Amino acid sequence: MTMRAASTFFWRRPYWYLALLLVPPLLWFGTVYLGSLFALLAQSFYAIDDFTAQIVREPTLATYRQLVTQPANVDIVLRTVSMAVAVTIACALIALPIATYMARHASGRMKALFYVGVMLPMWTSYLVKVYSWRLLLAKEGIVAWFLGKSGLSGLLDALLATPGIGGPSLSSSYIGMFLVFVYMWLPFMILPMAAALERVPGSLIQASADLGATPSQTFRNVVLPLAVPGIAAGSVFTFSLTLGDYIIPSVVGAPGYFIGMMVYVQQGTAGNIPLAAAFSVVPILLIFVYLSVARRFGAFDAL
Amino acid sequence: MTAAIEFRGVSRVYGEVRAVDDVSFTVEAGEFFAMLGPSGSGKTTCLRLVAGFDTPNQGQVLLDGADVSAVPPYERNVNTVFQDYALFPHMTVLENVAYGPRVRGVAKSDRQASAREMLELVQLGAQGDRRPAQLSGGQRQRVALARALINHPRVLLLDEPLGALDLKLREEMQIELKSLQKKLGITFVYVTHDQGEALSMADRVAVFNKGRIEQLAAPRELYLRPATAFVARFVGSANVADSALAQRMGLGAPFAIRAENIDVQAESVVPAPDTVSVPGAVVAVQFHGAASRWQVQLEGGEVWSALLPDSRRMNGLSVGSRVKLTWPRDAAVPLTPA
Repeated sequence: MTMRAASTFFWRRPYWYLALLLVPPLLWFGTVYLGSLFALLAQSFYAIDDFTAQIVREPTLATYRQLVTQPANVDIVLRTVSMAVAVTIACALIALPIATYMARHASGRMKALFYVGVMLPMWTSYLVKVYSWRLLLAKEGIVAWFLGKSGLSGLLDALLATPGIGGPSLSSSYIGMFLVFVYMWLPFMILPMAAALERVPGSLIQASADLGATPSQTFRNVVLPLAVPGIAAGSVFTFSLTLGDYIIPSVVGAPGYFIGMMVYVQQGTAGNIPLAAAFSVVPILLIFVYLSVARRFGAFDAL
Repeated sequence: MTAAIEFRGVSRVYGEVRAVDDVSFTVEAGEFFAMLGPSGSGKTTCLRLVAGFDTPNQGQVLLDGADVSAVPPYERNVNTVFQDYALFPHMTVLENVAYGPRVRGVAKSDRQASAREMLELVQLGAQGDRRPAQLSGGQRQRVALARALINHPRVLLLDEPLGALDLKLREEMQIELKSLQKKLGITFVYVTHDQGEALSMADRVAVFNKGRIEQLAAPRELYLRPATAFVARFVGSANVADSALAQRMGLGAPFAIRAENIDVQAESVVPAPDTVSVPGAVVAVQFHGAASRWQVQLEGGEVWSALLPDSRRMNGLSVGSRVKLTWPRDAAVPLTPA
């Protein structure tokens, strides 16, 4: 059969064409991607036998009970969620002006420069960046040195003396971990936000001004509501990436465990795969709750 | 009485392009003023200068006698109906209309009451709870109108407001807009590239070309007495004889002659006295219902058109026939040389 005949064959049978188009990726997506996720979820309903350390393959909620009743586990969840919320808010606050400039004001070379600038850090290995930050934030590192030279070391000391988030140095405190998280995930907030802002038609902004709205009113009433789906998308990235990461908390920051580290430890050294699976369900649930709340508040009405 | 709008030697330059080039005119209060021209002629830039979306490089824009060249749009008592309507997609129709009072701090119940009133005015009283996406093009157009009128502007700017509507709806809206303007007594500035729209609605029309006003006159005057070849062609779809062609016809100065004033006759017919007659060949005949447009190529290669009642079938004349174009000498309108 020639190419032309094959084309005609599929043109006359649109369902065959659709099948050809979708079956291979759906097989991959369905089995490898979703399949492994469901296998993981199923594991969380098993439990480990305390004496034999063997997995008991019977449906039970014992693992979840362990997750929500042991204070150490609850602490891990709360710590991770607090960090994820803080990182998301910080990323949104930093990204908004940058994305606004990229989408609404910059043009031509300046715009290209900004997009490349935002994506440039992603061209480097993740591990290299994390370890670099550990050096930058170390007690003898360049940040401490710079603050010392500019007479601000008192400020740094006061910051590090803050109970809960402080520590002996930036690289061994939650403040330092927070800085690294914000640095790592910022592009994932800026890009969807800029894309959303770019889609807001210029005539809507003019119409708002024309009807008497000051620029700040226009931003609040028109630009922001229309950009919210993009902000929501960006925040899902920053939120879920923080929830699941185990490298940053183990390289930079205070010794407390995070969900990602817990998953890593439980399925690796501890061999408690059900508990690891239960921990990995937590971010999924949290994101689900977050999206439902966002939807209730009309975040996706403008889609 | 001060003019509602006055342009004094206004220029707006983008890089190398003089979008608006030393334009001066006044619009009287309560007037229906049209700005007519092809795309890129500067009419929309003039509108943006009135609205405040743009500022002039030179000259002054005055509203009610006050120089507003540096006043931002949100402090001008002027509202705009946008070409794409620019309705806020995340708000209901009522919220869209109530937006002006809302940003000016009017209480919720008051602004909703006046928004309902405006929606009644444009006959959309029942659609307040809908989203703009659920409305038809004509309905969106009315919402845009209600939203712009709720602030009781001194001047309403309309940027090709009917461009996206189909012909029948467009004609209905033309009549409605005109009667609305009479009823409210607001100054309308109407930007369009459709000469029919400008002629049928406006009290006065400014014809724009290459950033300048070619002619500013009442519609009838513009149609019957075009001042330049551009106006004659753009407004009246008239045939234009430049100096060279006029000289070849033995008529001297450049002139325009509208298609409906030209007759097509067989080559052998002797022209009546006081008529001008020019030989040519028929290249096409287009049927337009009430009339037919005859395209005739003159000896110099120019194609002129004559509009003849369809009832007057030409005996034996068809595409390819050698014919004479004739018109009464006094039907020709002298033009100022470009």
